[in-house]
Amino acid sequence: MLELQNIGFRADDGKEILKDISIKIDDKFVAVTGPNGSGKSTLLKVIMGIIKPTSGRVIFDGEDITDLPINERADKGMSFAFQQPVRFKGLRVRDVISIAKGDEVNMGKYLRAVGLCPKDYLDREINDTLSGGEMKRIEIATAAARGGKLSLFDEPEAGIDLWSFQNLIEVFEKLGDVTQGNILIISHQERILEISDKIIYLKDGQIDRYDDSEVIMDELGMNERRHRRGCVVAGAEGVTCNG
Amino acid sequence: MDDLEKKILKEVAELDSLPVGAFNIRNNGKSEARNSTANIDIESREDGKGINIYIKDGTKNESCHIPVIISKSGHKETVYNEFFIGEDCDVVIVAGCGISNCGGQDSRHDGVHSFHVGRNSRLKYIEKHYGEGTGEGKRLMNPTTEVDLAEGSTVEMETSQIGGINDTLRITKAKVGEGATLRIHDKILTNSDQTAKAELIVTLDGDDSSCDIISRGVAKGESAQDVIIDIAGNARCHGHAECDSIIMDKGVIVATPKLKAACVDASLIHEAAIGKIAGEQITKLMTLGLTEAQAEAKIIEGFLR
Repeated sequence: MLELQNIGFRADDGKEILKDISIKIDDKFVAVTGPNGSGKSTLLKVIMGIIKPTSGRVIFDGEDITDLPINERADKGMSFAFQQPVRFKGLRVRDVISIAKGDEVNMGKYLRAVGLCPKDYLDREINDTLSGGEMKRIEIATAAARGGKLSLFDEPEAGIDLWSFQNLIEVFEKLGDVTQGNILIISHQERILEISDKIIYLKDGQIDRYDDSEVIMDELGMNERRHRRGCVVAGAEGVTCNG
Repeated sequence: MDDLEKKILKEVAELDSLPVGAFNIRNNGKSEARNSTANIDIESREDGKGINIYIKDGTKNESCHIPVIISKSGHKETVYNEFFIGEDCDVVIVAGCGISNCGGQDSRHDGVHSFHVGRNSRLKYIEKHYGEGTGEGKRLMNPTTEVDLAEGSTVEMETSQIGGINDTLRITKAKVGEGATLRIHDKILTNSDQTAKAELIVTLDGDDSSCDIISRGVAKGESAQDVIIDIAGNARCHGHAECDSIIMDKGVIVATPKLKAACVDASLIHEAAIGKIAGEQITKLMTLGLTEAQAEAKIIEGFLR
């Protein structure tokens, strides 16, 4: 579905952010992870057309979309949730979700999916009166309302408090059903990585590893931690843990 | 009324037919239709230059529409409308002026509205100004609105001039009494070589009086706007003003805040910001399928809502 061919990106200051990235992505839920500064956000923005790559091609459903503007990629079925959602003076949640969806029918279900009550939020302006956590949820709801073949999420957990986090994982577990398409998500969270089909591990602007979630998590030493955490949780619930 | 005049009426008053309640429709300098009700009485002034509107004490949930239409090129008028709103009322007044000028001469409407709002009354005042036409004659409007708020009253004003007016001087003056509240939401859109000047002058005279003024402007083309917000706090009061503007193309906006506190318990705040549309806002809406131009239009539509 999505193919990147020799993607390179050099910033204005000459720093090479992405180096000759080639990859094919077909799975339903793919996570991009890696250290800070490894180029994850830049990669997602190149896919959506927000950043133009210095070299290489982006192929979507067999079509070269490298030179298409953002909105035409959106028309072809891509959506994007920003790490730092944009605030608007005057535009309401209702306006933005209806633009995303193309109509005003049943907009509430996307807000409910992220744990917000439509009655309280549809007529709120997307301005400074919303907290960071509310903004993130609305951003995710908007991307879900847009849906389409490929939804891109740039670190949705960033800026969300721990209390809300469990709920966010549940949102993403169900999101594939809501968007009916594939998801490519930047995340550092083990729980998100766990529910992924595949993981791309990016390092220094290059793909260091790309494989099934289980394999990468093993390589990164995450499965062992997950197992230990599972025991603790099971113990807390009074369930006998057999190792 | 012909189709053009009906269209203007729709633009300024959102009316397809005669409104319910009290109304006076002024068309090219003459009263075209008028209706008084049991509680709202509309009378012509003795000098013939406008109307007086008397609203009885305790009038609730009633409205009064007083739209003005000018479709004759070269028509110039100064109109004085005075509103006497009794005590304990809750009313909506919808004013507005539309000029269509397809001729070569300038058309001008100078409207002076004075409101005397009685104790504990609530008034919502909606005023829209609109211009259109292909002629070389200018469309000019100079509204002056004076509001006197008695003890415990609340006035909410939504005033807008969305396009089509070549030049305007909009003056709003308010005196806010004890425990009274004034909210103003003023919106101006200018384009091409249009100019607009707005002065919003509020005096908070009574203890526990307050005002909240939101002014939003968008200047496109080579248009220019000059907005002055002036709040004086003469008592224990709270005044807030927010002046937000977007400039596009070669538009120019000057925003001048002025605060005067003459009482140690006066709390006055002014916020002002001018800038272009944030690129990230356009990008966000483009990820939802809008073109750059559609995204800009949507952002402005929301900003001036």
